[in-house]
Amino acid sequence: MPGVISRLYRGDIDIDFVGKRKTWYGLSAFLLAVSILGLALHGLNLGVEFRGGSVFDFARTPGSSIEQVRETVAEAGPHQVIVQQAGPNWRVTTESLKAEEVTKVQQTVAQKYGVPESQVSSQVIGATWGGEVSQKAWIGLVVFMIAIMLYLSVAFEWRMALAAIVALMHDLVITAGVYAWSGFEVTPATMLGFLTILGYSLYDAVVVFDMIKEVTGKLGTSAKMTYTQAANNALSHTLIRSLNTSLVAILPVAAILFIGTTLLGAGTLKDLSLALFVGMVVGTYSSLCVATPILVTLKEREPKWQALAKRVHAKEVSTAKASRTVKEPVSAGSQGTTPADDKRKKR
Amino acid sequence: MAPPTSSQSKPGRTLLLLLVLIIVMGATVALQKAFVPKFGLDLAGGTTVTLSPVLANGKTPSQESLDRAVTIIRQRVNGTGISDAQVAKSNDNIVIQIPGAGRDEALKLVSTTAELRMRQVLAVAAAKAPPVQPSTAAPAPSGSAAASPAASPGVASTAKASAAPSGNATPAGRALSKALTAPTPEPSETKRARTSGGRAAKASPSASASAAPSSSAAPEDASDPLAGQDTSGIDQALLTEFRNIDCSAKNRGQGALDDPNKQIVACSDDGSARYILDKAAVQGTEISGAQAGTDPTTGEWIVQVNFKSKGATQFADITRRITSLPAPRNQLANVLDGVVIVAPTIEEAIPGGSARISGSFTQVTATDLADQLKYGALPLKFKQSSVVSVSSTLGQDQLRGGLISGAFGLIIVMLYLLLYYRGLGLIGMASLCVAAIVTFLTVDVLSHNAGFRLSLPHIIGLVVSIGITADSFIVYFERIRDEIKEGRRTLRSAVEVAWRRARRTILVADAVMFIAAVVLYFLAVGDVAGFAFAMGLTTLIDVVVVFLFTKPLMSLAARMRFFAKGHKLSGLDAERMGRTGRAEQTLQEA
Repeated sequence: MPGVISRLYRGDIDIDFVGKRKTWYGLSAFLLAVSILGLALHGLNLGVEFRGGSVFDFARTPGSSIEQVRETVAEAGPHQVIVQQAGPNWRVTTESLKAEEVTKVQQTVAQKYGVPESQVSSQVIGATWGGEVSQKAWIGLVVFMIAIMLYLSVAFEWRMALAAIVALMHDLVITAGVYAWSGFEVTPATMLGFLTILGYSLYDAVVVFDMIKEVTGKLGTSAKMTYTQAANNALSHTLIRSLNTSLVAILPVAAILFIGTTLLGAGTLKDLSLALFVGMVVGTYSSLCVATPILVTLKEREPKWQALAKRVHAKEVSTAKASRTVKEPVSAGSQGTTPADDKRKKR
Repeated sequence: MAPPTSSQSKPGRTLLLLLVLIIVMGATVALQKAFVPKFGLDLAGGTTVTLSPVLANGKTPSQESLDRAVTIIRQRVNGTGISDAQVAKSNDNIVIQIPGAGRDEALKLVSTTAELRMRQVLAVAAAKAPPVQPSTAAPAPSGSAAASPAASPGVASTAKASAAPSGNATPAGRALSKALTAPTPEPSETKRARTSGGRAAKASPSASASAAPSSSAAPEDASDPLAGQDTSGIDQALLTEFRNIDCSAKNRGQGALDDPNKQIVACSDDGSARYILDKAAVQGTEISGAQAGTDPTTGEWIVQVNFKSKGATQFADITRRITSLPAPRNQLANVLDGVVIVAPTIEEAIPGGSARISGSFTQVTATDLADQLKYGALPLKFKQSSVVSVSSTLGQDQLRGGLISGAFGLIIVMLYLLLYYRGLGLIGMASLCVAAIVTFLTVDVLSHNAGFRLSLPHIIGLVVSIGITADSFIVYFERIRDEIKEGRRTLRSAVEVAWRRARRTILVADAVMFIAAVVLYFLAVGDVAGFAFAMGLTTLIDVVVVFLFTKPLMSLAARMRFFAKGHKLSGLDAERMGRTGRAEQTLQEA
């Protein structure tokens, strides 16, 4: 098995995620700016669940067109009628209707298209309901972040917690940006997707941080590797794991997205999986290129690691002077226990 | 090398434990013959109404008043004959779920805020006319027989008649007689409880008593509940309505909004009696408070009611006016939600803005009544935040979509595991299957025993969690491969050492997911909460499966030649993973 795939399989790949962190920061900053710009310019296309309104779903009968359905529903009273095709169904969105008006629309539709009245689904959402849903979600989000900060601070340390949370917000903003620019509808299901992203983004970060903790834990004062280098090794080492976990997580979501789009058209499944799909792609990127670099930036400020970095750097210079003929980079000469080392030695 | 852990030494036992767990749940399912989980309304079809309290800005409703509202709405919904409806609190909202279609009438009455009104009783009768049969067959049990001869004179004797049976009725049932008196306890009065209370669940004997006399007095009019009663001052239309109303029917007018300025016909809330009631004498808004308590002298449960100043005057007036009237016109009915919740006899004129209701209360019934008097119908004003009705076909579509994507997702992940991890992938696949089985059984058992209803957000949560579960295996497998790559261990010890490291990662990562699920479950509303529940559930199941299945299975597999020798297809092939020569040597030595 030649090439990248084979090297990936062996975990034998060396991308300098941490060293190039300025590049990643730049890229992320750009993406964030674009996202925020999109949110500012376009805003989110909020679904009827947030704006308030009525939605009707009923089976599409052969020969009925969007125009026809719009006229039929408008006859029954509502003013703002939007008709969409949703899988095998028509989905009609109107302004918020009263109970009697809903019944009237159902009756009219039932008569005209020969659908039993009981088979015309309806949804009436009050204008303030969406506000309440999103308010609750925000509260949940804030509480969740605090809980996670505390938990990760205990399980790891506060720097890791902070890095993880920053990466998480990064993911959320960019996902929101994708929604703003693309104009995809934001529904409560989309929110479910956002919230799952939180979990995944953190799951990924936790796996990576766990490895970094293990690897850097072995670095003594006499180590020949800086924190940055050790972290990068850990990251390269867990790369395959990160990609694998992310891919495996995205696969079922892609299944939902596929089924949701082909079988059901609009609706919960599609909204949710779209958010997940976008979020997970962003999340995988951020756990590698945002969370760890931030962690390293924070860690390198600690005196302990600064001192180590100085020492290693000094040695590096002298070794380089002493043996210009040796191609091997200095970092390879560190302790023999790091798995990443074995890998490098072998080359 | 690795210190022996229990799972290392006895992987078989751990597996057995899991097997027992599965068999127990499987047996529960089989015993209950519940092979399919119960579905939520978005999958089964039905209407879901979310009511949000309308409050002055920033205020949150008290849990007590929400509970109270839930109870009342449940009573109203059940009263319409819908027995399978669910009414539950969800944070500050109330969610009503009504299966099936065309339940508009139920929707209308769930959020109306009725008011308590006090009305004088003008006439009373049993819930429905006794079958027209020979008068001797009059259903009245004990006292009515004695009463009937005396019935002919009319109202006055009817009063006595209805008084007698309620005393006698005690052995026959739990006839609750209520008397309304001034707060100063007078033992003689409580004993002299004279009237059939509207609340009386088993008071029908006394109620039918008032009908019975007429049947013997005027056999040709056996079915007329009004025979023998004074109908003066009652609107003719109401008399007809009264004759026709069937209070034993499930729908007996609960939730109807009564006009305080008109006479009305109403049923008792338990459906045992019907009344004609005068215009409202006192409005519920004039009640300043009501408490349940015990009578200091007799120790009986009573309800103490206090009025505001205007209400006190009104109450004093009405009690003074009707206390001397013959029964049933000396009863003051408390009408709530269109039904008579209690109709105590006024024992005396009650000035002073304070009254007490006595009778055969229990602590529960007394507290209940006090709450009803205090809060009126609904303790809060509600608005319908969302009304979602899903047709059965749309529900089926959604269910099918959810299930197909679940199966699809599961298969793709399994294929991926198999392709990437080969032999290890088989273990991963088996673990996923076990996780799927445990999840199904848990959902099934929960839905049949704990009122859980599987809905679309749950299914999505479960499908999404396939990834989380598989992630745990990947973390473990990669650790094992690391150990082998490092090449200092046999597979057996690699499996153990890798486990100790992977275990921590898995637990920390799962803890993060679980915290997310718990926070969202308790703070979010609607779909988000359902989704969070599924996520939390699968995270727990993930831990169970990894600990009780994947790990022991891996330990067992490490003993097999196929894995231990690093067969090409085992996923542990040293060469393909690029192990160093030194490591290879070690493994061969082992």
